[in-house]
Formats: sequence, structure tokens, C-alpha cells
Amino acid sequence: MTLPGTERDRAQIVAAKNSRQASRIAEAASAGIKVLLVKVLLLGIVDAISVYALFVLVIKQDWLVFSLVLLVTLVVNWIYFRAKGLPAKYLTPGLIFLIIFQIFVVGYSGYIAFTNYGTGHNSTKEDAVNSLILSSQERVPDSASYAVTVLEQAGTYSFLVTDPDHEISVGNPDAPLEPVTDAETDASGQAIALPGYTTLNFADIVANQETIAALAVPVSDDPNDGSLRTPDGSAAYLYLSDLVYDEVAGTMTDASTGVVYTEDPSKGSFVAEDGADLQPGWKVEVGLANFAKAFGTDSIRGPLISVTLWTFAFAFLSVATTFALGLFLAIVFNDLRMRGRNVYRVVMILPYAFPAFLSALVWAGMLNPQFGFINQVLFGGAEIPWLTNEWLAKFSIIFVNLWLGFPYMFLVCTGALQSIPGELQEAATVDGAKPWQVFRLIKLPLLLVSVSPLLIASFAFNFNNFNLIYMLTNGGPRDVTAGVNVGATDILISMVYKVAFVGANRDYGLASAFSILIFVLVALVSIISFKQTKALEELN
Amino acid sequence: MTIAPTIAAPDTSEYIPVRQPFNFGRWFRATGWRHLVGAVMVVFSAFPLLYVLSASLHPGGTLITANGLFSEVDLGSYITLFNLPQQPYAAWYGNTLLIGGITSAGTVFLGALAAYSFSRMRFTGRRAGLLMLVLVQMFPQLLAVVAIFLLLNGISDIFPAIGLDTQIGLIMVYLGGALGVNTYLMYGFFNTIPASIDEAAKLDGAGHARIFFTIILRLVAPILAVVGLLSFVGTTNEFVIASIVLITPEKQTLAVGLYQFVSQEFSSNYSVFAAGAVLAALPVMALFLWLQKYIVGGLTAGSVK
Repeated sequence: MTLPGTERDRAQIVAAKNSRQASRIAEAASAGIKVLLVKVLLLGIVDAISVYALFVLVIKQDWLVFSLVLLVTLVVNWIYFRAKGLPAKYLTPGLIFLIIFQIFVVGYSGYIAFTNYGTGHNSTKEDAVNSLILSSQERVPDSASYAVTVLEQAGTYSFLVTDPDHEISVGNPDAPLEPVTDAETDASGQAIALPGYTTLNFADIVANQETIAALAVPVSDDPNDGSLRTPDGSAAYLYLSDLVYDEVAGTMTDASTGVVYTEDPSKGSFVAEDGADLQPGWKVEVGLANFAKAFGTDSIRGPLISVTLWTFAFAFLSVATTFALGLFLAIVFNDLRMRGRNVYRVVMILPYAFPAFLSALVWAGMLNPQFGFINQVLFGGAEIPWLTNEWLAKFSIIFVNLWLGFPYMFLVCTGALQSIPGELQEAATVDGAKPWQVFRLIKLPLLLVSVSPLLIASFAFNFNNFNLIYMLTNGGPRDVTAGVNVGATDILISMVYKVAFVGANRDYGLASAFSILIFVLVALVSIISFKQTKALEELN
Repeated sequence: MTIAPTIAAPDTSEYIPVRQPFNFGRWFRATGWRHLVGAVMVVFSAFPLLYVLSASLHPGGTLITANGLFSEVDLGSYITLFNLPQQPYAAWYGNTLLIGGITSAGTVFLGALAAYSFSRMRFTGRRAGLLMLVLVQMFPQLLAVVAIFLLLNGISDIFPAIGLDTQIGLIMVYLGGALGVNTYLMYGFFNTIPASIDEAAKLDGAGHARIFFTIILRLVAPILAVVGLLSFVGTTNEFVIASIVLITPEKQTLAVGLYQFVSQEFSSNYSVFAAGAVLAALPVMALFLWLQKYIVGGLTAGSVK
């Protein structure tokens, strides 16, 4: 019996192989020339863009990004040109965007939280040294006069310089002076044009005078050699910096005062012995300094705690108030005897259909203390500080959110109520239950089962409801004792936005540290809620 | 879970004897008080919208004059709106429609591709992928707004055409959220289309691409409409990322532009802002009321505006 068995197995294997092959052929045949053409065309566009990107990256000598782009391009081509791996063909386009703009940025936030990235620490050390030296340059009193012709190429201005010894060179703020031989000269030996560049005429120079006067072209690779500047577009003078940079010792010396600023790698700036530092500095990794600042400084820890508490309170109260009103209305309008229910329904959906950012702005106008409708008309001219008193502002936010959010809960609860079978109510009524008992013991538990995932989603949404807070109160009234720009109604995400993007002093590092805190809190809330609802276990 | 179509009110005369006289007290206890609640809610819901409409019809109006509801009806503010030297309203409007349209089309397409593969194919990592879709929804992109800004800042050093202050850059960021937000919703809907349809088509010689584009996509059209609309509304409302990516006024969207307009001259030029708000809300509200039926179904299946 064994022999026929193996033979049958073999026959089955052969049959399976044949059918697989057949299905592959069928697949290939049905794909047709059109599909293939579209595929080749789309891949061609993608590849053309990547090749262009790779060229640019070679010019910029950015090898890390170069290898990443190359790798992604190769993987994408591999996925679409091989016969197998069908799911990958459908998932790749979305996944690329998801990985870059949703997953990578989360990791990148984590990295920024450990740096001092922000105003004054935006760039590399080399850029910081150059900008320090440039900003402290002054004209050398007995500087020789260099004849200059201002050139333009692809939107960048360059200086064509003829020095007192009739040596000709060209340079721009990003490229130090380089000698040239093919310049066109006038009778006096001054260079006036260079192939590949456009010479600016007098009218152009006058029109762009401020830009040209601000140009500083380094004389050589060493920033200490100074640079040339031209006040009038025809004669340039040598400018030298007060600051002298010593790369080996890592010091910056102020030649006029003699103060030595030493490089401090942990702070990313040059620091003098008395603690004074030179601005700008550069970006460095600072370890846990941002977290220490957030949790260790009293003027930041206090506001951070109160903002976190208010974020939770706001999210919870938003869900509770909108759900209570929505459920109440759903019950009220779920009576079939009532006429005109559809009219009420459409009008009540209007706040939900109105764009949320506009609603907040309109309510901000209506709640304005001096001129708003609420105070002027409803309260007869009383100046109630709806948006500027700490507690009234909190109340106003919950109230406006009720206006914004109740239609959603009304729709959801109506749907859930209507999906509860009518027999349950009949059976309970026959058994002698009162309407209130029917609602509390039968309808409400059933309703909560179907809407609780939506309540959790609503909580998560309101936890980061930036638009409402920022557009209604702007987070205010501002807490003047706090070490960061934060107010009584700020939630965590609006605090992140203000620390990172509002005002002159932007602190990306600290803002990212706050973002990490939000991530942790949201993750905790999700874990708890998913455990409660067991939503993830139903995935299949 | 979808909402059952509204059942027509049964003829109550069957239950109530015809000759019984009208009793106000009984009527009020049965349905009258419901109309009272309805009237209060209608005022509460519609008043702010009427307020902004009336404010927009009062040329040169301020916050104070806006309080006299419909005391004047004139379209002057709407004309002023399109002739502001500092605020290119028409450009904002076009940008919002363009960015919202491209983003929602891209979101629908990318999401449908992913939902199709999750619903119809079995592969390693499928469960993990589904789990990821559910989890990603919990972490909206705006949490990483600082990193998004710095990433685009880095991109603009190398490719200025898709970096900071470009609409393509902003759309790419929005598409990063395409799989996260509504793919799970689509996945559920795809599962309700019987797989036997695919099999029949396959037997007739259709390949996977043909099945997807010509059969499945047509059958799931309602959910595509819902996801597309929710994505459009979401993009229109999005302020945080748009405000840091788009810097030049001519490139900004309505949310960014109108917010800045309001913060600069709120109470003095209120009627012009109100006119801008009315026009901005019109397409969204029209779409919303038109597709209301589908949206309500989508909402109850688990999405938040």
C-alpha cells in the first residue's frame, strides 16, 4: 500500500505544480499589454525621479541619503518586476509614505528630544563659526581698494575682483575667491565680465543695493583671513573679524577685548570663563537635558503638570458632555409618533458639517468680552471675560466643544438605538418593566457595547484637539510665571506647537521632549482601552 | 453597523379612536415636549451659523455691528474679500480645494490598495500589518509636527521643489497618514464583498489588477466616497502642519490664511472674515449634507471627523 500512496502523492504534487503554473500563465496572459505598459510607465516615472535625486545628492555629496534613495529605488523595482509577492505590490505605495511621514518622524522626534536644536542652535559647528566671524567683521582701516564687478549666475551674486596687483579672481559668499584667467578686461586692466555669468549694470546694482552691500565674499578657506565687501558695487574693501578662530585649540578669541571663548561640546557654543556665550551656537546632542529641564525646572514642571491634568480633564469632559447631550437627543427624537424629526435632524447636523476651525473662530467672536454677541445682547452689555478668565475660558472651551461635538454623538447614538431589536423592549414591557427601567437595564448596556469604541476614539481625538484650543483662546490666559509660553487652557499639543513655533525663541528639542511625553500618554491610554474592549483580539 | 432607513411614522389614527377630542396635556406628554427640546436645539445649533451669515452681509461691519442681526443685507464684503492686498483669499480657496482634492484622491487610492491586499490575500505579516493599522490611528501625525518640520527643512536643502513652503511637500505629509486613518474602515467594507465574485472573475480569466480596478473598486464605491469626503474635510480643517509648512501667503490654505487674517484684524474687519468663512464652509457643508446618508454609516462603523 505504500507504493501507490507515494505515487498518489507525487501525482498530487505534479498536479498542484501544473495548476500553479497554469494560474501564473493565466495571470500573465490576462494582464495584457495595457497593464504592462502602465506599469512600465509608472515605474519609469518613479525611476526617472530617483535618478534625478541621486544626481543632486552626488553633487551635494550627501552619501547617507544617497544610499537610502538608491536602496528604496532598487527595492521598489524588485517588488514590481518579480512575479511573486503580490501583496507587496499593493502595499508598497502607501507604506512608503507611512514609513517616512508617520513612523520615521516619530523616531526623529525621539532623536530631536535629545538635542539642543532650536533658535541659536540650528546648524553645524562650521556654519556657526562662519556666521560668528561674519557678524563681527569690520572694515580694515587702511584696506586697499579692490575693483569689483558684480556678476549674477542662476540667482546667486558673485564678485569678480581685480586686486591692486591686477590679479583677477571670482568668488561668492559660499565659495572663497578663486583666480580666473578667462575674464574679459577693459583698457585699465580691470575685469568686467566672465563667461557663464551675467554682469550687473548700474541700474541692477542700484535696484539690489541692500542685498549686494550685505554680501561678504571670503578671501580664502580660512575664515580668519577675512572677506571682501562692497558698499557701492564698484570698489570692495577687506573686512576682518574681531573674533579669531583657532581650530586646533577650539577657541574663539575676541581681538579687541582679549576674552577667550572656549568651545563647549556639551552646550554647542563658545563659552567664556565668566559663563557668557557667543550666539549662534550649533546643534549637539545634549542627552537628557531637555527632560531634565521639563521635569526639573520649577517654572516648567508646574505648568507641565497642570497642562497635562487639563488635557485629560478636557478630553474626558468633552466626551462626557457631548455623549450625554447626544444620547438624550437620540432618545427624544427616537419616537416614531413625532412629526418633522428629519427637519430637526438636518438642522442639528449643521454644526458638525461646518468646518471646525471656522466654528472656533466664529465662537471666539461671539464670546468677545467687549463687542461679542453673548455679552452685548444676551447679558446686556456686561463684560464677562469668557476667554480671558482662567475658569471661564475652560468653561467656554467645553461649551463650544459641546456645540461642535454633540451632532456626532447624536448620530452615533441614534444608529445604535435603532439597531437594538424592538422585541427586547416589548418583552420587558410585558414583564412589567417601567420605561426608565427598560432604558437603564436593557437599552443603555446594549448601547454602550456598540458605542464604547467610538467613545475611546473620541477621547483620543479630543486629547489632541489643537484647533479648538488654539483658535478659541490661543491657550490663554497666559501663565506669566511659567518658564515657557503656556496658558491656562493649553493642552499638551498646543504647548508643543507654541514652544516650537511661536515667538522668537524656538526650542525644537524641548518641544520634542514634550511630544515624547504625549506619545507615552497616548500609548498608555490606548493599551488600557484596547485591553478593556478587546478590540485587537477580534482582528483576523 | 449601519443606520436603518428611517421608518415612516405609522398611522397613529389606528391606535387612537378618531372621535376622541384633542387633549393638549396628553399631546404634550407624548410628543409635544419633544418639539420643545427640538426648538431649543435648533436655536442652539443654527444660531452661530446665522450670526456669521448676517455678519457677512453687513459691509464694513465690526464685531459690534454684527450684533444687529440682518440689520443690513448687502454683498459688499464678498467683493472686498477678493480685493484684499495682503490676503489673497482666492488663492487660499483654490489651494484648499487643490490640496484637499489631491490628498483625498491619494488617500482613497492608497487605502483601497492596502485594504484589498489585507482583505483578499493571505501573507506573512498580515495580522501584524492589521494591528499596525489600528495602532497607527491612535497617533495622529500632528504629534510629530516638530520632526515633520525639520524633515521638510532638511529636504528643502536638497530638493527645494518638495520641501518647506511647497504644496507638494504638504500633500506628501498628508499622504503619510493615508494608511493610518481610514484603511481599517475600508478593510471592513471590503470584507463584506463576497470573495466568490473574485473567484468567478478569476475563472473567467481576469488578473488581479483587472479584478481590483474593474470589479472591486466599483462595488466598494460607497466607502470610497465616505473616506474621500472625510479625508477632504480633515485636510480642509488641518491647521497645525499646514501652518508650519506653508509660509508664502499665496501658497497657504484657508485654515492658515483665515486664522492669520483674524488674529491681525479681528474686531475691526469682522464682516470680511465672516464672508470668507461663509464661502469656505459652503463646499464642505454641501458635500456633507449631500452624502449625509453614507457618512452616518461610516461614522458608526468607527471613524471620527
